[in-house]
Amino acid sequence: MNPARTCLTALLLGATLFIAGCEAPPPATDQRGYRGQSMGNVANPRTLAAREAANQAPEAQPPADPTGPRVSTIYQNVKVLGDLSETEFLRVMASMTEWVAPQEESCGYCHNLENMADESKYQYRVARQMLIMTRSLNTTWTSHVGQTGVTCYTCHRGQPQPQYTFKQDSGPMGAAGMTASRQGQNVAGRLVGLTSLPTDPFTELLAYTGQIRSVSTTVLPAGNTRNIQDTERTYGLMIHMSEGLGVNCTFCHNSNNFGTWSSSPPQRATAYHGIRMVRDININHIAPLQPIQPPERLGPEGDNAKVFCTTCHQQQPKLLNGAAMLQNYPELGAPRPAP
Amino acid sequence: MSFAIDYQNIFTRIQVRGPDDTGPPIEGQIYKRGTSIFHNYWLGKIGDAQIGPIYLGWYGSASLLFGIIAFEIIGLNMWASVNWDPVQFVRQLFWLALEPPAPKYGLSIPPMAEGGWWLLTGFFLTISVILWWIRTYRRARALGMGTHVAWAFAAAIWLFLVLGFIRPLLMGSWSEGVPFGIFPHLDWTAAFSIRYGNLFYNPFHALSITFLYGSALLFAMHGATILAVSRYGGEREIEQIVDRGTASERAALFWRWTMGFNATMESIHRWAWWFAVLTPLTGGIGILLTGTVVDNWYLWAVKHDFAPGYPSLPYTPAIDPSTLPGATR
Repeated sequence: MNPARTCLTALLLGATLFIAGCEAPPPATDQRGYRGQSMGNVANPRTLAAREAANQAPEAQPPADPTGPRVSTIYQNVKVLGDLSETEFLRVMASMTEWVAPQEESCGYCHNLENMADESKYQYRVARQMLIMTRSLNTTWTSHVGQTGVTCYTCHRGQPQPQYTFKQDSGPMGAAGMTASRQGQNVAGRLVGLTSLPTDPFTELLAYTGQIRSVSTTVLPAGNTRNIQDTERTYGLMIHMSEGLGVNCTFCHNSNNFGTWSSSPPQRATAYHGIRMVRDININHIAPLQPIQPPERLGPEGDNAKVFCTTCHQQQPKLLNGAAMLQNYPELGAPRPAP
Repeated sequence: MSFAIDYQNIFTRIQVRGPDDTGPPIEGQIYKRGTSIFHNYWLGKIGDAQIGPIYLGWYGSASLLFGIIAFEIIGLNMWASVNWDPVQFVRQLFWLALEPPAPKYGLSIPPMAEGGWWLLTGFFLTISVILWWIRTYRRARALGMGTHVAWAFAAAIWLFLVLGFIRPLLMGSWSEGVPFGIFPHLDWTAAFSIRYGNLFYNPFHALSITFLYGSALLFAMHGATILAVSRYGGEREIEQIVDRGTASERAALFWRWTMGFNATMESIHRWAWWFAVLTPLTGGIGILLTGTVVDNWYLWAVKHDFAPGYPSLPYTPAIDPSTLPGATR
């Protein structure tokens, strides 16, 4: 056989295999916008099925009887859930053990088993703050959590520490001295889609209230001083949101102009409230816990683990396959008025 | 067994290996040529097997020197940014970069660690490129050629200088410059486009793309045409220009048959040159206008009917919550 022909055949065959190996099964595209704008949401059915399987909500405990004396009159030192009945309270405690505590430690993970009202374990104090937070999210942040609501399981998924969190991270150390600073970017950033964007856009934008918006809203320059570096930080956050929710940019934006609200899908408003909710969580509920947490819970730069979108969403736009968490656990909603 | 590919001339089939060719004599030539000529069989597969004579001269030497300095500053700073770890340097090479100064420095000279090296690299690289431009100009002149190569190169230098020097000057901040790095400069490009409301709606960007893709099309058409008539001596384009032969006639008729019009053996090169030159020329204008004259190209394009304002159907568009009363900012 002619060697040139053999080579050519091998080359064509190799190229075909190379391209054919890209992604199977073929991703499905769901057109969401006006025609001609490429507002497609691309998803691979296999990946979606895997995510659905990995995000099963646990079976709810049988509902508890809300009547009877309030638990605050029965147990000591119940500061957050005192408005519940005893059976409701014990139901929540049992669920928290299932959702959060390591199996071998059970109630003892947070409680002093000799005296359940003892506050000496830091986990006890953290858990109390988390209950305050959960009730606050279910009542004041319905703009994001809707009627679906959240429980401890939304983030914890059976683990004492939620799997997906961030800590302040300037990336690996450079040589310092006179050599050029990496300026917090330019290494493969694990949390920003392995791009060279700023490795930690989260601390400034989610643990504090740094400005996210960068795109000009005017045709001509009119005082928008946002620069490329600001935009890159926002870009890093948006990559996180896209990966965290398992959606494309077009889920919330018309990418012909990311800044324009009048062409954005309504999900963008939900995400807007989500960002503010995350800031509220980090600033008012999590950051204040830093002093009571042991060093092994703190990051390389001394802060504690903060939440971002992936903490709850875990690659689903409707987390836990859309399970109605609050409906099954009304105890974690608005406090009952005193009888 | 014979195979059709043998006659299509897609690959170089013949290597010419004559006596050393030192090129035409030039009046006032002071150097004796031909001392450094050698042949390479593998390079002969893709071009002329004869390597040399090379003319380096003062401009070439200085250009290489400054270029190497710039290259070294970038590379060593990249290496330092992973604390001189050779493994990380290789693994992260495509992610590493030398960043321009932070916005707070404006147009002042920042400390070396805070962008000073970037500024210095830009200086050395610009000197290097300009010296190389002088070299292409002077070597063409020395051979009695036109200076078309130099001016085409100048078009690329224009875009380079707009991105790294002229636009940052107009914006009043070195931080507007592009980082030296593989992925970082691509991230810069994406962020630049997003910040200024989508560069695809910049008409000069559109022109630049037109000329870029047009260049590729012209290149393919011309390359294919000449290879297709090389069996009639078509690759000897200069002879065909001066004394049109059957190769040229067949090539011309082919295009008149297929699209009714043909470029000539000479004008096709003018087409190619202008398309190539206009790619960075128009692109540079587009970059220069971004942030200085226009701040959101999408809104600009809709305002001036350059792009349609699409209806947002089928969904009810979001309302900016920050404009609603009582919303968390």
